[in-house]
Amino acid sequence: MEFIYDFSKILLATCKDVLPIIILITAFQILVLRQPIPHLRRVVVGGVYVVIGLALFLAGLEKALFPLGKIMAAQLSDPAFIYGTGEVVVHADWKAYGWVYLFAAMIGFATTIAEPSLIAVAYKAREVSAGTIKQWGLRITVAVGVSFGISLGTFRIVTGTPLYLYILVGYMIVIVQTLFAPKSIIALAYDSGGVTTSTVTVPLVAALGLGLSATIPGRNPALDGFGLIAFASLCPIITVMGYAQFMQWLTNRSTKNMEKPNAL
Amino acid sequence: MIISIILKKLKSAFTDLLPIILVIAFFQIIVLKQPLPQMGEVLFGALLVVAGLTLFIQGLEMGLFPIGEAMAQALARKGSLFWLLSFAFALGFSTTVAEPALIAVASEAAKIAGQEGLIDSSPDSLKQYAFGLRMSVAFSVGLAILIGVMRIIRGWPVHYLITGGYVIVMLMTIIAPKEIIGIAYDAGGVTTSTITVPLVAALGVGLASSIRGRSPLVDGFGLIAFASLLPMIFVMGYGLIIFG
Repeated sequence: MEFIYDFSKILLATCKDVLPIIILITAFQILVLRQPIPHLRRVVVGGVYVVIGLALFLAGLEKALFPLGKIMAAQLSDPAFIYGTGEVVVHADWKAYGWVYLFAAMIGFATTIAEPSLIAVAYKAREVSAGTIKQWGLRITVAVGVSFGISLGTFRIVTGTPLYLYILVGYMIVIVQTLFAPKSIIALAYDSGGVTTSTVTVPLVAALGLGLSATIPGRNPALDGFGLIAFASLCPIITVMGYAQFMQWLTNRSTKNMEKPNAL
Repeated sequence: MIISIILKKLKSAFTDLLPIILVIAFFQIIVLKQPLPQMGEVLFGALLVVAGLTLFIQGLEMGLFPIGEAMAQALARKGSLFWLLSFAFALGFSTTVAEPALIAVASEAAKIAGQEGLIDSSPDSLKQYAFGLRMSVAFSVGLAILIGVMRIIRGWPVHYLITGGYVIVMLMTIIAPKEIIGIAYDAGGVTTSTITVPLVAALGVGLASSIRGRSPLVDGFGLIAFASLLPMIFVMGYGLIIFG
């Protein structure tokens, strides 16, 4: 009974998300385009699937994974677990937080693999690249980026170094990479930064950030809890472009090696 | 036949979820050395997630992708730049302005600004600040999709625009008030919801494939990137104006 109540609440919220889109599309079809939508029935059924599917997905996450993930984030960042004793910690020792970095990396990777927006973008990318961009290849590359980003983000919270330094360096790397990366991957790489941070990743990562900054002396949860998401959207851009550059380098090298015997 | 297709889809959704289950199980059992609490609940929830993901992807293929591409192609065929750009702006603005994640971030940001004494901490001024923040983010997302569509039509290279945007973000980071920076960076991430992303991706790809000389891969993507870049600039700008 309680579950049905929770589920209807989530379903209602999802419907509210879709409402502006439905109004917008209908208004444009009727007022501007003045023509019926092709395969209307199929589209409507698909839309209903999307709403119900997303609501089920969120209800399941909230029932099973979020509570557990949040408890674990709190337990792992608890000083009693990290330092072994109940003594009062004055200065956080960044070397003691190994499990936290590992958890951040793994949970960042795992949630990104399950992120529906990323699945959608990977699907489109495979379609328009005629199969040269593999769905799983893109998703794993992005997930590796998020995993590194979140891990670095927790390191920043533990050490208390300013956020903007990391972001500035990250942007510099992105700008330099853009100059050298294959042109066809650039737009997709930028897009994969934006899609990583939605339904699955944000709640778990936010819990980790807030838990960490609340237990480390000298950190302000309000100021230091923010910013993990920024890492999660910056690093995938770097890994996706990096992967494309690596693949290009490999093909260049193998063609060069093939040319060599001919020259001899 | 149908059953085997459904089973295949369910299996792929389960594969998507498997890493999360493994990570949580590993840390719970090996690192924290605690039993998994409420196994029944967790299993039930995981089943819901798998079923939901399967339905969602099916719905993407049937509904969201086709409608996004059909709208893009119909608007391109109509040939009116005005309506195409209005659609782009309205899509960005309307899907962002009511986004729950944005509302949460905006009110949280208002609370912090009130505590730090940057703005008057009366409920009215807090509400006004949060509302202004939300509006500037929603407006910037609308503008971002508009610029992105303009880029696809004109064929401007994406990297000039994005690198230019990043340089602006970096310069603004140096002069913007410290308290707004973290929120500004996060605002870029929360604007792109799960339903907007497929629609916007389909819009870009549909538009790029219906204009001659544009490649869907090179030109079709990039809309989401604009939608996460511009809010950062606008939120920092908002901070600069409000805090002086």
